[in-house]
Amino acid sequence: MDAVIATALRFGDNAMVLGQRLGRWVSRSPTIELDVGFANQALDLIGQANLFYELAGRLEGKGRSADDLAFLRGADEYYNVQLVEQPNGDFAQTVMRQVLYAAYADIVFDFMAKGSNDDLAAIAAKGQKEMAYHFRHAGEWVIRLGDGTEESHARSQKALDFLWPWSHELFAYDAVDEKMVRQDVLPDAETIKKQWMESLGEVFERAGLIINEDGWQPGGGREGVHSEHLSYLLTEMQVLPRTYPGTQW
Amino acid sequence: MSQDQTEQEWPLFEVFIRSKQGVSHVHAGSLHAADARMALENARDVYTRRNEGCSLWVVPSAAVTASSPEEKGAFFEPSESKIYRHPTFYDVPDDVECL
Repeated sequence: MDAVIATALRFGDNAMVLGQRLGRWVSRSPTIELDVGFANQALDLIGQANLFYELAGRLEGKGRSADDLAFLRGADEYYNVQLVEQPNGDFAQTVMRQVLYAAYADIVFDFMAKGSNDDLAAIAAKGQKEMAYHFRHAGEWVIRLGDGTEESHARSQKALDFLWPWSHELFAYDAVDEKMVRQDVLPDAETIKKQWMESLGEVFERAGLIINEDGWQPGGGREGVHSEHLSYLLTEMQVLPRTYPGTQW
Repeated sequence: MSQDQTEQEWPLFEVFIRSKQGVSHVHAGSLHAADARMALENARDVYTRRNEGCSLWVVPSAAVTASSPEEKGAFFEPSESKIYRHPTFYDVPDDVECL
């Protein structure tokens, strides 16, 4: 697969899956303000996915629309990192997942927006502002909960311990990513990881949370390898167009 | 968290939005938040989703001093009869638009 198409699909899938996950909070959030906040962020992400998919479909030249790419691919054809498909869990786990991904996407999009590929740059420029806000919003909550009560601190630390192993995949570059680095589309993994650790280090310090490294580094999302959670998510998301192909309303 | 707990634990803030440069902030509504910073983010999420603003103020509702309904007569009725305070006795030239 062409490296630009693969990159568009990967970032499209990251956004699609995380957006679908966040949408689950609508009507279930702790407060009505958070309900709207999560809905906004979910829609930011699905908007990003739409743009990445339109680009991938256009470059692929097989007539596949953004909807086709979202609704008619199985889990083994989704190329998102496994971090974003991890379950919502409790509120602490959702904001922890959001801060880990948003910090990463903020940095990558900032680079991509100034990069050599104009199509990706245009999408990234829009997405970067959205992810910067997601990072701020989720970061505030991680600090508030981590530095809050005994229970909120314990839940936040548990969420970080649970999600941390999946964060390594963000920086597990393969041949496609290396090609994009050479073409000045993606920043190299070392650079992102350094910046990412700086952004998060400040949040975790203020939150009083610690990183417990256990050495486990699951991965493979870039090649379509996923945890079991993604199949359930896609099944629910895709049931209507799969059951009634081509239906409109 | 139940609604009661939210109201009990999180103070109320009033939200003001400036829709564009050069006009005043206008009261848009109110919301609950644990502190001013959260109130600002909540206001952004709840009140500026449709590109309503370029600036936000949040003010603790407790800081607002309001006129009371009983004082309505003394406060507002005296101005009812002073029509000369409205600038309606001038002829506005046709090509003046922003008045």
